[in-house]
Amino acid sequence: MTVCCAPGTEGAVELDRLRHALPSTEELILSSRTIQPGLRQTDLGVPGVYCGACISTIEKALHAFAEVERARVNLSTKRVSIVWKEQVDGRVTDPVDLVRTIVNATGYDAHLFTMADDAGDKLQRDLIRAVAVSGFAATNIMLLSVSVWSGADASTRDLFHWISAMIAAPALVYAGRFFYQSAWNAIRHGRTNMDVPIALAITLSYVVSLWETMHHGDHAWFDATVTLLFFLLIGRTLDHVMRDRARAAISGLARLSPRGAMVMLEDGGREYRPVEDIRPGDRLMIAAGERIPVDGEVESGRSDLDLSIVNGESAPVGVGPGGAVQGGTLNLTGSMVVRATAAARDSFLAEVILLMEAAEGGRARYRRIADRAAQLYSPAVHLLALIAFFSWGIFGGDWKQAMLVAVAVLIITCPCALGLAVPVVQVVAAGRLFRNGVMVKDGSAMERLAEIDTVLFDKTGTLTLGRPRLINAQEVKPAYFEIAGGLAVHSRHPLSQALHGSVPGAVTMFSGVSELPGQGLEARTEEGVYRLGNRVFACGSAAETGTASEVVLSLDEKELACFRFEDAIRPDAQNAVAALSDAEFATGILSGDRAPVVEALARRLDVALWRAELSPRDKVDAVEELGRNRNRVLMVGDGINDAPALAAAHVSIAPATAADVGRQAADFVFMHDSLNAVPLAIEVSKRAGRLIRQNFALAIGYNVFAVPIALAGYATPLIAAVAMSTSSIIVVANALRLNSMARTEIGLAPMGQAHTVPAEAKLA
Amino acid sequence: MNILVYFIPIALFLGGMGLLAFLWSLKSGQYEDMDGAAWRAIDDDDDRPPV
Repeated sequence: MTVCCAPGTEGAVELDRLRHALPSTEELILSSRTIQPGLRQTDLGVPGVYCGACISTIEKALHAFAEVERARVNLSTKRVSIVWKEQVDGRVTDPVDLVRTIVNATGYDAHLFTMADDAGDKLQRDLIRAVAVSGFAATNIMLLSVSVWSGADASTRDLFHWISAMIAAPALVYAGRFFYQSAWNAIRHGRTNMDVPIALAITLSYVVSLWETMHHGDHAWFDATVTLLFFLLIGRTLDHVMRDRARAAISGLARLSPRGAMVMLEDGGREYRPVEDIRPGDRLMIAAGERIPVDGEVESGRSDLDLSIVNGESAPVGVGPGGAVQGGTLNLTGSMVVRATAAARDSFLAEVILLMEAAEGGRARYRRIADRAAQLYSPAVHLLALIAFFSWGIFGGDWKQAMLVAVAVLIITCPCALGLAVPVVQVVAAGRLFRNGVMVKDGSAMERLAEIDTVLFDKTGTLTLGRPRLINAQEVKPAYFEIAGGLAVHSRHPLSQALHGSVPGAVTMFSGVSELPGQGLEARTEEGVYRLGNRVFACGSAAETGTASEVVLSLDEKELACFRFEDAIRPDAQNAVAALSDAEFATGILSGDRAPVVEALARRLDVALWRAELSPRDKVDAVEELGRNRNRVLMVGDGINDAPALAAAHVSIAPATAADVGRQAADFVFMHDSLNAVPLAIEVSKRAGRLIRQNFALAIGYNVFAVPIALAGYATPLIAAVAMSTSSIIVVANALRLNSMARTEIGLAPMGQAHTVPAEAKLA
Repeated sequence: MNILVYFIPIALFLGGMGLLAFLWSLKSGQYEDMDGAAWRAIDDDDDRPPV
């Protein structure tokens, strides 16, 4: 099973084990919900599940527990929902066991995630129901209409018209309500959108058809009315399904901010409290591997902190008693007692969110292409219908005929093709990106991405992986390598883990290794005292202070080997940046890290414009300054400190390993390690933009032919039905060309393949 | 043509049954995990849902 899924791991988000340690019992209980007395439900994200074997392995492993009432894996959203009994035979259940079972059974991470609100889900269901109802009405009315067109007359025709009217009325109210609501909202605010001509056309055509039916007329437009509604609802539903799928995939990722912390009470007891209930002055127990929930000051204990997600600093920083810690940082090596100095709402993260909300604006002002088109289109259409009505009325003298012509104009020009033109292209494009591990939050993101001219990157975690990599493995003697690896295996410090991971063969086994947080590891053996850590610790106080990214191995304070590390560059970062420069985008780096590190990376990637040691505020200012110079900026970043800049930029992309707030601020989230996701997203968005414009041209071209027919009074319901369906089919077929274009993609294809799961691997 | 009096209601009734069946399947969550359902169909284990 694990073997079967192994190819998937390349495609899955490479979740760093250290960052996503198992959630604690308290956290799991806090996030579960009671569904019945004694029964609780926990939903876990399992981003690694890929195939049917994963489903049965996880479900079987969980059902083996007596505590588990039922467990079900959802492969589409990559979630497991477990319903478990609070106690079995008087023994209280520990939900961590269940999570551990999933991890052990599959080798994949299971973690908690923030429950997304269900509002979007409900709307999607309503839309699908409306599609079903309008589809039912459309087919039945069309059957009756075909009979009328093929020669039913007199009382039979009237009967068929009456039945059609009775089917259409409830369908119009039930399925048309989305358009009526949206159109009403637009008109109330003095605007017009695509839904105004739609609402007007379906209402008018229904009323006129009903009037015709009552007076035994030849032509009724019930079929056109309902078919129009059906097609338009398909477009609207597709738009929602796309957004919903991305939302589910993104909210399934691990939460990087803690839900609560263990508070030490005055009387010596302990209590697990949600983050919101932590007050300044509370003393918090922070174990190694946990995130610090709020800003605070270390009271006792020493440790190393990973600040990368908070301020972009790539090297871990040691802290001791009296040191200040920021909320959101990850405690790596030792356990500490931290006294909270601020409540969650005044902590660093909360400041960043405020900054982010202030920065938002450019995005809110953006108007979707379809709405911009509607702004020109709907007044033109309404004017045309009005002119037709008055000219037929005044010059022809037959106001009934004039009304019929006006309705025919409205139906023929009704933006059926336009309503499908945008969503179908965007759904096809989003599906293509989805298969390459890029999630699109909504359609407007793709429209904005097609307009950009400048790309700004964050450094730590974006251009680099935020994971150290050993760079001088060849210079070290294999014997020392084995010793260092044997020591490093005892530590969770990222440098130790990287060192252990890069030892080629077996490692020396040590017993009795002790870790001194903030300094290093020590083992007392017969040969002497081995130490692995920073230079001062390993070689005694006499040595000069070394740089943060080196680890020294010593025997009795005598240096044996020195291991140097650098932050591993994200795969394809070089290609991606070069591809962007070739496409004549301006590129730049905005980093919170120290200047020499940023400069070295900028030189390596050949990026001229770089700025270091920026605060979140500085990043926003840099982005906004470019925005004022009429540049359209794409911001790619992952940290908490990038979130305001992500919100301020015209459009933004974040990797899946980004902080929650960054992921929420970004328009696109990419799941794989490769940075080629960025040029791919731009490329697909640009193609989608081209196809949307083509579709508009097709829809307008169709109107140029069809409108004169309607104006001349020759448009019968039959002609309208044929014209409407053909134009919709042409537009959809054109949108599907995006998929065939993708197949012939040159240059971008090889990178996509390396990181997606090949079909054969899935079936193997 | 009198036959229409029977046929039209029958046609509408059958269509309506189809519509109701779809709405029921939507409500009972059968479209919630399309990828998973595709895999479960070819699962070799017994296909009864766990008790």
